[in-house]
Amino acid sequence: MTEQRTPLVEMKNISISFGGIHAVDNASVDLYPGEVVALLGHNGAGKSTLIKILSGAYRRDAGEILINGEPAEINNPRDAKKYGIETIYQTLAVADNVDAAANLYLGRELRTPWGTLDDVAMEAKAREVMGRLNPNFQRFKEPVKALSGGQRQSVAIARAILFNARILIMDEPTAALGPQETAQVGELIKQLKREGIGIFLISHDIHDVFDLADRVSVMKNGQVVGHARTEDVTKDEVLGMIIMGKVPPKAIPGPGAMQMA
Amino acid sequence: MADTTDTAHFNRARNAAESPVKRFFRATEIDTRLLGMVGAMLIIWIGFDFLSNGLFLTPRNLWNLSVQTASIAVMATGMVLVIVTRNIDLSVGSILGFVGMIMGVLQAELLPQLLGFNHPATWIITLLAGLALGAAIGALHGMIIAFLNVPSFIVTLGGLLVWRGATWFVTSGRTVAPMDATFRLMGGGTEGSIGATASWIVGLIACLAIVVSILNARKQRKRFGFPRRPVWAEYLLSAVGCLLVLGAVTIANSYPWPTNIARRYAEANGIAWPEGGLFIAHGIAIPVLIAIVIGIVMTFISTRLRFGRYVFAIGGNPEAAELAGIKTRWVTVRIFALMGMLCAVAAAISTARLNAATNAQGELDELYTIAAAVIGGTSLAGGMGTIAGAMLGALVMQSLQSGMVLLGIDSPLQRIVVGVVLVTAVWLDTVYRARAK
Repeated sequence: MTEQRTPLVEMKNISISFGGIHAVDNASVDLYPGEVVALLGHNGAGKSTLIKILSGAYRRDAGEILINGEPAEINNPRDAKKYGIETIYQTLAVADNVDAAANLYLGRELRTPWGTLDDVAMEAKAREVMGRLNPNFQRFKEPVKALSGGQRQSVAIARAILFNARILIMDEPTAALGPQETAQVGELIKQLKREGIGIFLISHDIHDVFDLADRVSVMKNGQVVGHARTEDVTKDEVLGMIIMGKVPPKAIPGPGAMQMA
Repeated sequence: MADTTDTAHFNRARNAAESPVKRFFRATEIDTRLLGMVGAMLIIWIGFDFLSNGLFLTPRNLWNLSVQTASIAVMATGMVLVIVTRNIDLSVGSILGFVGMIMGVLQAELLPQLLGFNHPATWIITLLAGLALGAAIGALHGMIIAFLNVPSFIVTLGGLLVWRGATWFVTSGRTVAPMDATFRLMGGGTEGSIGATASWIVGLIACLAIVVSILNARKQRKRFGFPRRPVWAEYLLSAVGCLLVLGAVTIANSYPWPTNIARRYAEANGIAWPEGGLFIAHGIAIPVLIAIVIGIVMTFISTRLRFGRYVFAIGGNPEAAELAGIKTRWVTVRIFALMGMLCAVAAAISTARLNAATNAQGELDELYTIAAAVIGGTSLAGGMGTIAGAMLGALVMQSLQSGMVLLGIDSPLQRIVVGVVLVTAVWLDTVYRARAK
């Protein structure tokens, strides 16, 4: 890495194990402002687990996390939010039974001076944000359960940008979407990038994210195979990293790289 | 960026709008499910009235019905929050029994020794102690559920046994009576009703509140330029709301005091006894008033406060709620503490009504409370339920029971009917929800 700026996020030598299985083993990744880093790997390669440590859902066994070059204590989702880390989960973590506005503000509701929920103000803001993201969205009064996959995804993304996220984690952001909605999410990612937000994209499908990402980090069996700039490698080479752990010449090998004979 | 599913739904909505009935419900935003329950209840009422030759729909019976419903209705409001978060509370009947017994001993045996007999502060000290005890028991259950990860079914099943047993130990099974005179007002009866004038005042305040809240909601939506209900719908809702309130007050005010009590009252106050007897109306019973106030407060908590929002979010998706930074464990503790407090209120109502605290008080109440919440549309899968629905559910259950008593149906058969109705109601609800999707 030739960049001299301080990384937005630096996860150093992170390890976590569940019942003796090393889900993540000595993994290091970093992310710069306005950069999109794709975290790739098979199902079970440890990428979701690694990122859940950053978002506070899991607590690491070892290693450290630096935010803007300073050590960060992230022990739960609330801590992560304090550092401007917002996550959009693969399972679209929305509460199905309440409406879009309630989901956007879940955990950080706007309140009137009397301490009651200010639903009208929340709906107004929700209409504004959703209008920017997805102008067709009109169903503010319905529980999120009634929405399509793409609409739910836009609710989840709106939720993240509503709170001025600086670091956005998107787990399989387009897995549940049709082609049109995927393109929409792609546009959105470019827009967020211009605003200087750092984005981690997590996917097991290289085609989903290769064109959106500036860099890729590949994981296999809980270890980092290597990092590479997308301009330096081809899709096939990255595929080789994912499947066999074979690191192409222009990539930087990690601890999980296949040992060359 | 045409969203195909969105437009499809739009068209569907437009097609639906062509039916005048559907347009009516959309314009008024009336909950059709709740309306269906009201309809079912009216059918039950009219059916019983027909079978009992006009005994059911009398002011006297309806007034009694309202008093009998109060205790279960109070607990059902809390049970909604418990069930919405995918928990259950089987211990409410036993908590009612235990707290009722403690309150009984406190006001009948301990406080008279300290303060003297019939001291004016007796009732409030008793009630506050009861509320604190109920909240503490509930919080204990909640903490075991939330922090020790024992399923609520088991914790409260244990609670059912423990608190029933503890009730016995307080007085070794002896019934405690009588209750304090002021405390007894919470149980209703001739004394425990607020009379005609006060009932009209309460009714008018309620009407005013309905109109003000509808106006206020409209103003708020206007301020942010959101779609509003048509004006005729607003008028209709206000009119129907006020009519219902005033109708209920009229019924409560049509039920006179029994002749001998009225005669005693006339003598005590030096009123000459008129030819046709003295008509003194009961008005709204105090326990009913308590239940209504609790219903309003609980509705406020569940829809207007952050706590209520969290309760529903946890019910909808516990993981999402946790990831959103909600302290889900503490919310669980608070829900159960609230449930315990409501049990204490129900205990006050039922001990006051019985004028005694007994060992068996509140037995099977947990089942009636859960049934009321479930009949009222609370989904055991979590995330769905309303306070008003649960209270209506309590009224439906009580209507069935007192109707069958009126018809002289044997109590084993009564239980069979209630059981069958419970299962049928939930089945119908499942069908309705499957259709609504």
